[in-house]
Parts: sequence; structure tokens; C-alpha cells
Amino acid sequence: MTELKRTPLHELHLSLGAKMVPFAGWEMPVQYKAGVMAEHLHTREKAGLFDVSHMGQVILRAPSGTAEDAARALETLVPANLLGLAEGRQRYGLFTNAQGGILDDLMIANRGDHLFLVVNAACADQDIAHLQTLDGVTVEPVTDRALLALQGPEAVGVLSGLVPDAAAMKFMDVAILDWDGVALWVSRSGYTGEDGFEISVPAAAAREFADRLLADAAVAPIGLGARDSLRLEAGMPLYGHDMDAGVTPGAAALGWSIPKIRRRDGARAGGFPGADVILAELAEGPAKKRVGLRPEGRAPIREGVAIFDAAEGGAQIGTVCSGGFGPSVGAPVAMAILPATLASGDTVWAELRGKRIPVSVADLPFITPDYKR
Amino acid sequence: MLKYTEDHEWLKQDGDEVTVGITAHASEQLGDVVFVELPEVGREVEKGEEIVVIESVKAASDIVAPIAGEIVAVNDDLADNPGAVNDDAMAAWFFRIKPAGGESIDGFMDEAAYKALIG
Repeated sequence: MTELKRTPLHELHLSLGAKMVPFAGWEMPVQYKAGVMAEHLHTREKAGLFDVSHMGQVILRAPSGTAEDAARALETLVPANLLGLAEGRQRYGLFTNAQGGILDDLMIANRGDHLFLVVNAACADQDIAHLQTLDGVTVEPVTDRALLALQGPEAVGVLSGLVPDAAAMKFMDVAILDWDGVALWVSRSGYTGEDGFEISVPAAAAREFADRLLADAAVAPIGLGARDSLRLEAGMPLYGHDMDAGVTPGAAALGWSIPKIRRRDGARAGGFPGADVILAELAEGPAKKRVGLRPEGRAPIREGVAIFDAAEGGAQIGTVCSGGFGPSVGAPVAMAILPATLASGDTVWAELRGKRIPVSVADLPFITPDYKR
Repeated sequence: MLKYTEDHEWLKQDGDEVTVGITAHASEQLGDVVFVELPEVGREVEKGEEIVVIESVKAASDIVAPIAGEIVAVNDDLADNPGAVNDDAMAAWFFRIKPAGGESIDGFMDEAAYKALIG
């Protein structure tokens, strides 16, 4: 087995009493002393600091020195409107494959003379190789910067105490902000359903920056455990669980990331891998779609639990792709890809330890997000 | 006197019945407990049979019957307040079992032996 990689904040995690686990080839904090439940609730009430340095940061540059030319190239791999992405703005997108499945999901930011991408840790090497197939652009993996997320209602107050210009940013804005001579690459976005920021900081300054954030009484360190329960409540899919190379954007309920301009009859329709399959499905409506699930009672239904269309007998109609206990919901919550004929409020059954439990189909997200649009 | 199992259960002899819970060490390892499924009162169980399901925010775990016998009581309060297991593991008992003939908890670890086990 290859050695696990460590983030620039490794020593900080140890000093904070983190429980470290292997994750996508990295040694990452799954929780700190407070535990998953308290960390989750703290993030929704105040502010949580996450080390997400394992995620891949990549600069995509065209020889012309314009983000527009990089965007034109990237549109051949990602079915999003990237030519319409204004400077200083960020957008969510998908890498698709020829079969119409999803290779990864990513964030794409227009920074004037280039695009800045953030991809999943487990897919980073594959994504970079995929980007290198593009003609006329250079792919620059950013390996000397940490990536932190500061999430929660008090995030803006805390961050603007260090970099005042953060306060004026809107949801999905990106900016390079100066912190005592250190260039922070800041976006107002996250993976929790809360207002907050994702901040790329030079590795050498990461510890001091994290210490400064943690010095604020509102900020607590948050591990991957609570990151997962926060994103689950926010209805956000996790690559490798809620979507993968065999799941289409329509089935993953991510069709919203493919705008009209890239769909049939759009000005730049298609032109990305799997376009025929993906656009036909979006035009006709997907046969299956990712939905929320609320089991009756308190027992969580986790990934892999089979979902049936009847209390006894019947047919299996899907499998839980993400599930657990939602600390803010105060009840178990889950997601599954189920027949699109099901509506919110319909009952299906989860088979848990040999027993069928009634489960209500629910709208996503389970909580009301608080983005500063 | 308290006895302990290698599965991190504590056992307390109450007359001819044995009360069973999990140790504070176990509850810390599990993390926040969000659901506990208890056996039915009156059920005859075998030693080693999985009779309790504990769901924490992280994962599901099973608790086995430390001895054979009949379940004579369960702590229904855990249905509404599973977090009691984290608050005070020694108070949050799971079930009482009436040992089958010949069964005893005498052979289980005492506190010193259990502390040595968990380091």
C-alpha cells in the first residue's frame, strides 16, 4: 500500500485531538474531540473550519491568456455554460463520459486570464489526465496550496475580520484577497448548505491562517464525518456514492447544471462526451431520479440498503446511495435513485435487518440552505 | 460486583438476574448514539446471539448476549433518548437477562482486567 498523503494542517489536526483516517489516499481528520453530532450542529449554529486540502486544485490556461479560450476548451468535457461564466464567478459542473455517466463533479471559477477548478480527491489524477487530452490548453495542478472551508452563519463575520473584502462577496463569487501579503483564493461557496467560504492558501501560510480562524470563539474544527452529514442534509451528492460513471446527470438529479444553451436546440447544444444520451434523457425526463428519503422511526438507513415498492414481496426499486442520521433534522435521512414516477410524500419500504420499514419520499434538501445570493 | 466482556459490555448481577449495558469506552468509540433496537421481553437467547442494534452517527453495531437466558426487561427509555448511552454509559442499561441453568457471569473480567484490555 502506498503511503498516505498528509495535508499542510496535519500537525494541527493531531494537536486538536483529531481521529485520523485514510480517505482517498490522504490521512484526514474524520472527527475531533467534540464528535460528529456536536461538530455538525456547531457548523449550522456558528462556524466550522474544514481542511479539504485533499481536493484537487487545478489551473486551466489557454495560450491566448483569456479565460474564455480555456472555457471554450473545457466545454467539450463539461456540459455547463462556461463561456457565459463571468470573471469573478464560479459554477458547478460535471465531467461526463461517452456513455452519459459522470466521471466527477467539480467547481469552475473564471479568474480573468484562466479557469480555476476544484475536483474530488479520489478523481484528481484521472481528471487531470482527462483535462490533458484537451488541445490548446495547459493543465497546471496546484500542489503547493492548502484548501480550507469556513462554513456557517458566523463564517462571514470571522473571515471578514481577517480579509474585510470577503463580506461583500455573493454566493459563488470568487476573488483573490490579500491577507498580510498572503494571496488567498476565496470563493463564497461550500458543501454544507450554509453560507460560507472555501479558501485556497499557500501551504506555508496554512497553519497560521487556520490558527487565526480557530482563535475566534465562533470557530470549531470539523471533520469529514460532519462534512458528510452536513452535505447529506443539504441534499448534495457525493461522488462515488450518489453518482458515478454509470449514473447520468438526469438520474443524479443534476440536470440543473446543464443549461438550455447546452441542451437540444441550444446555441451550443451538445459537444461533450455522452451528449446524445444525456440530452435525450433530459428532453424526455429521466426514468429514475435521485430523491430524498425519510424513514419512519429513528433507525438510519445507510448506503446499500435495498428499497422496495411494497411492505411485503414486491420489487426492489433502488438502493440507498447515502444515508445516516441528520443531526439538524433530528431524524434519519437518506438519498436513493428511484423511479421518477414517485412523488414527494409517497411511501416506499427499506429492508433493514430483514424487516421492511416504511420510508417517505422527500424533497431535497432536507434543510433550508442559507446562501447569500 | 461489575464484570466486563471482551465485547465491551458491563454485566451487573441483580439477585438472580443480570443487567447488561456497554462501557463508557465502547460508547466513546461508537460516537453519538442515535438509535437503539432492543430485544423483546420474554425472548430466550443464546450466548453470543446478536440481540441489540446500536446505531451511531458513524455506523451500526451489534451487542451480543453475554450468556444464554431469558430477556426479562429492556430499557425502553433508550428509544426516546438513545444519547443517554453517551451521557452515562453505566446508567444506560440495555436489558436484563435471567441466566439459563448453569450460566454465570463469574468467569468474565473484573474491572482491573477490563482496564488492562482497553489500555
